[in-house]
Amino acid sequence: MAAVALGRDFEFKVAGQEVCPTGVAQVDAAVGGLPQGCLTELYGPASSGRTSLMLAAMAQSTSRENVCALVDASDAFDPASAAAVGVRLERLLWVRCGGNAEHALKAADLLVQGGGFGLVVMDLADTPVITARRISMTSWFRLRRAVEHTPTVLLVVEQQPHAKTCASLTLEMRRERAVWSAAGDELHSLKSGAGCPAQAAILPHNRLLRGIRVHADRRKPVPAIAASFESRW
Amino acid sequence: MFAAIHATPGDSEKLLRLAQEFSPLVEQTAADTVALDADGLERIHGLPQQIAAVLARRAVERGLQASAAIAANLDTAVHAARGFAGVSVIPYGDEAKYLGSLPLTLLGPTPEMQETLERWGIRRFRDLAALPELGLAERLGPEGLRLHKLARGAGDRPLAPVREPLHFEEEVELEYPLELLEPLMFVLAQLLNGLRARLASHGLATNELRLRLQLENRGEHARTLRFPVPMLDTKAFLKLLDLDLGAHPPPSPVVKVWLEAEPAKPRAAQTGLFIPIAPEPEKLELTLARLKALVGEGSVGSPELLDTHRPGAFAMRRYGDAETRRRGDTAARRQILRAIRPARAARVQMASGQPVHVHADGVRGHVVGSAGPWRTSGDWWTHDPWARDEWDIGLSDGALYRIYCEQGRWFVDGCYD
Repeated sequence: MAAVALGRDFEFKVAGQEVCPTGVAQVDAAVGGLPQGCLTELYGPASSGRTSLMLAAMAQSTSRENVCALVDASDAFDPASAAAVGVRLERLLWVRCGGNAEHALKAADLLVQGGGFGLVVMDLADTPVITARRISMTSWFRLRRAVEHTPTVLLVVEQQPHAKTCASLTLEMRRERAVWSAAGDELHSLKSGAGCPAQAAILPHNRLLRGIRVHADRRKPVPAIAASFESRW
Repeated sequence: MFAAIHATPGDSEKLLRLAQEFSPLVEQTAADTVALDADGLERIHGLPQQIAAVLARRAVERGLQASAAIAANLDTAVHAARGFAGVSVIPYGDEAKYLGSLPLTLLGPTPEMQETLERWGIRRFRDLAALPELGLAERLGPEGLRLHKLARGAGDRPLAPVREPLHFEEEVELEYPLELLEPLMFVLAQLLNGLRARLASHGLATNELRLRLQLENRGEHARTLRFPVPMLDTKAFLKLLDLDLGAHPPPSPVVKVWLEAEPAKPRAAQTGLFIPIAPEPEKLELTLARLKALVGEGSVGSPELLDTHRPGAFAMRRYGDAETRRRGDTAARRQILRAIRPARAARVQMASGQPVHVHADGVRGHVVGSAGPWRTSGDWWTHDPWARDEWDIGLSDGALYRIYCEQGRWFVDGCYD
């Protein structure tokens, strides 16, 4: 109930601004979606659901026939995971920067300046914090100015927030716990499932990693608890 | 109104190009003569005298020794151009008077007819034009009548335009070898402008540019640019060539440049209020070229899943070329993986068949939860088989990883996020 109320509050603050749904119902209910023409920051530690939320937003965007761009600073994008959550890979432009954050920044700038993308994601999630911190405020301002008054959503994924005042929406992701199935819980479904790799051997004592329970807190424009969901697809 | 240009033999190609600069309706009447429909040129160049002067000036600029003529009918213009040196303008109605002094050989009679006319003492246009039509028809037949008509400057033959082969190529031989890209870009800009003008005059665009550079060391450097949609933007072409040559510079100074464009029908697109936004193809092509120059050719594109169960198998395709393909096992995937490329070598301690401690670069901790092993293998029928045991592990710091053991060695494959 509180989350819904906060969501209304947020919608009021961004009145007149178009938003794109993230594809995660709980997050959409709480924050309305990702604002177009703005820089959105998504940050958190490893296994906190950042990539899940990012891919969900990309899946939503590509399902509406938009073209998405992913600037992958650390070459961490897994096409199979993306396809599994519904990202249409043929509508995705993937720029692999091989660990060079400076290239990532320049590539994001080129893409935003080029225009026409529904969603541009700059993935700095595996970039060391020290390196990401070196990105000057001028660069963030430049990105913010470039995306302003365009229908593009600029999403930056990182470990810590760096864009400060340039970000219109900041979401902090936290992991609550990993969800493991009890021993033998899902063996039946796996054995009969069509997607099981042909040569996989399933041992009877095993259990499965079912998902990660994560929490998304809105830190900006007004700090608030936003949503809790399980990154499982 | 028709114009004709006559040049020294051997320059027929240049002559045709010159005429096509003025009109799309051009007839090559002989190897050394072209005629063109000059209607409408007065709106660009002014009086017929001025049109003829422009024709002659352009011919000189192209290194042609040519004479030009303008007349109300095609044959008169051709005969005047072939018969008179310099620039001639034949006024309408005075054709017979002006052409009178020309030799009959210009009409191209058959040898028998030439002999007959010579025996009669007919050597010039005016002599033939003065003969009575009826008597000429009785003695020389229809061919005689045709020559009579031409000699009077009363020809009414329509222009039979040459169908220009759609081959758009420009070339320039440089006076001295160019070492730097910047001066080469100036040369390319000039060639591109020429190509663009020719394409535009045919209502065409191009979807492929082929550049060939002859090098000082007698080698050749060739580059091909393909565009997803037909384009006709010289600035974009120049920038794309600049970026491409910046990434693949010629190994030696350039002495000659060829630039060829593949003609294509221009893109016709209608936008709508409810059509989702997409990058403009021309802009996107430039952006892609800049990105490739920044991060490398193979690092920009769309991923395409391959038809295999091999973990992490995909191919990078040029954006727009990737096929929609879903792998059968994607439905069974439940977790979102952040890949670690290349997989990081790890040391894993096992107890009771379960991993209890993992140590790798940036990944270290006690295993607090695990699932596995998931044994997968494939491609054993090829030269590149794979077989591995995968584990999903949760570390003491809360992060979740996928690790695997292949041929006795452990690796961290990625992080669940």
